[in-house]
Amino acid sequence: MKVSYYPGCSLHSTGLEYGQSTKEVLQILDIELEELPDWNCCGASSAHCTDEVLAIELATRNLVMAEDAGLDLVIPCAACFQRFKVAEKHITEGKEPAIETPYQGKVPIKHLLDFLVEEENLKVIKEKIKKPLNGLKAVCYYGCLITRPPKVTDAKHHENPQAMDELLSLLGMEIYPWSYKTDCCGGSLMLSRPDIVAELSGKLIQMAEDAGVDCVVTACPLCQANLDTKQAVISKNLGREVRFPTFYFTELLGLALGSEKVGKWTGKHIVNARDLLKSQGLL
Amino acid sequence: MPSESVIVPDHTWLAEMGKSSGENASICYQCKTCSSGCPVAFAMDLLPHQIIHMIQMGLKDEVLKSASIWLCVSCESCTTRCPNNIDVAKIIDALRMASIKSGLKLGEKRPSIFHDSVLLSIKKTGRLYELGMIGIYTLKSGDMVSNIKSGSLLEDAKVGWKMFKNGKLKLIPKRIKGRKEIKNLFKKLKRGESA
Repeated sequence: MKVSYYPGCSLHSTGLEYGQSTKEVLQILDIELEELPDWNCCGASSAHCTDEVLAIELATRNLVMAEDAGLDLVIPCAACFQRFKVAEKHITEGKEPAIETPYQGKVPIKHLLDFLVEEENLKVIKEKIKKPLNGLKAVCYYGCLITRPPKVTDAKHHENPQAMDELLSLLGMEIYPWSYKTDCCGGSLMLSRPDIVAELSGKLIQMAEDAGVDCVVTACPLCQANLDTKQAVISKNLGREVRFPTFYFTELLGLALGSEKVGKWTGKHIVNARDLLKSQGLL
Repeated sequence: MPSESVIVPDHTWLAEMGKSSGENASICYQCKTCSSGCPVAFAMDLLPHQIIHMIQMGLKDEVLKSASIWLCVSCESCTTRCPNNIDVAKIIDALRMASIKSGLKLGEKRPSIFHDSVLLSIKKTGRLYELGMIGIYTLKSGDMVSNIKSGSLLEDAKVGWKMFKNGKLKLIPKRIKGRKEIKNLFKKLKRGESA
């Protein structure tokens, strides 16, 4: 199988290990990725706060390339995915202001997580599991933009999404029910109001600890970065040492599929996540 | 004579906002679902339902000067849950644009400087160049000084250094071939052709 691939800026930088583990996992699953040839930034949070047309046009330039390729478009970043869906709906629903573009809205735009839990892909994953992750306890953290707003994302279960739960359970992990699956980490306020991010991400980390799991698993580079990099500040706020491991779901999928690179990916995290895997005899 | 606490509604701005956001704020019946689910409510000066009410009342300057419109993280909880299907997050986007246009002093300037820094980077290279963006943001926002004072600079530097060592912050920006196309999109913005 072959799909178009839009990594987005974060997967080449702050979410480097998300990009690397995505590529590795899809290679193991015999899914060929064709990166959009000259992709540009989707505009992320900043374009839509500044100018609606600019935001849609930045995303649409990529969609035009994807339409030329004629394949499904797979996007691992939650923010990029949502901006592409916003552009798609704006154009196909003929919203104002009208956008001048050859894009016809024919590209199936899929977040990587939703793509991987398609029946056919789940079947292949199940067959290729080499190292079940039995005993590893986690909560699934989806964040905001994979599911919201559902009129844009077409999410089936926007308040209680299931894709990651389903996938990680298949790998043998013990997934705990959690009320914070789609709560916000503070997103793009990372630099401008780190105090707010520490408050929101701090709550998520505490709630994961309270749930009694070993780690939080994410599907968005901004969520992972906020949860992982703010723990020194969170520790200061709470007056105790907080060192709670976070993962990208692709890192754990790679581990279960027998990839040798998991140590390298998780070594890029700020909070040590490798020791948890080692203590469970998984690494 | 009316007392000072009486607000005489002025619907001109309501209509203007309806046009710029494409959303009808007048159908809000103040159920407060938006504010109840807003993750940033704890830090806001005006809550989302209050903002919508103030649009109905025509309290333009008060809303455009509020910190809240810049603290909104666009998590889309309000938009998703509004029983009247008002796209509250889209209204907030339109308010941010109106706030910049108005020339009023922003209630919270740092998120706006952040967005400008991100867009400058995209305009130049076609992609987000993190290190450059962080540099521009830090200089323009004056965060360097406040971070030195609060001691958080050291903590940030530790995290930043680890990210740099791990290859997460690149020294050289990646420039796409279609930079001219991207610049043209921004030119339209500058000429005010966009909404």
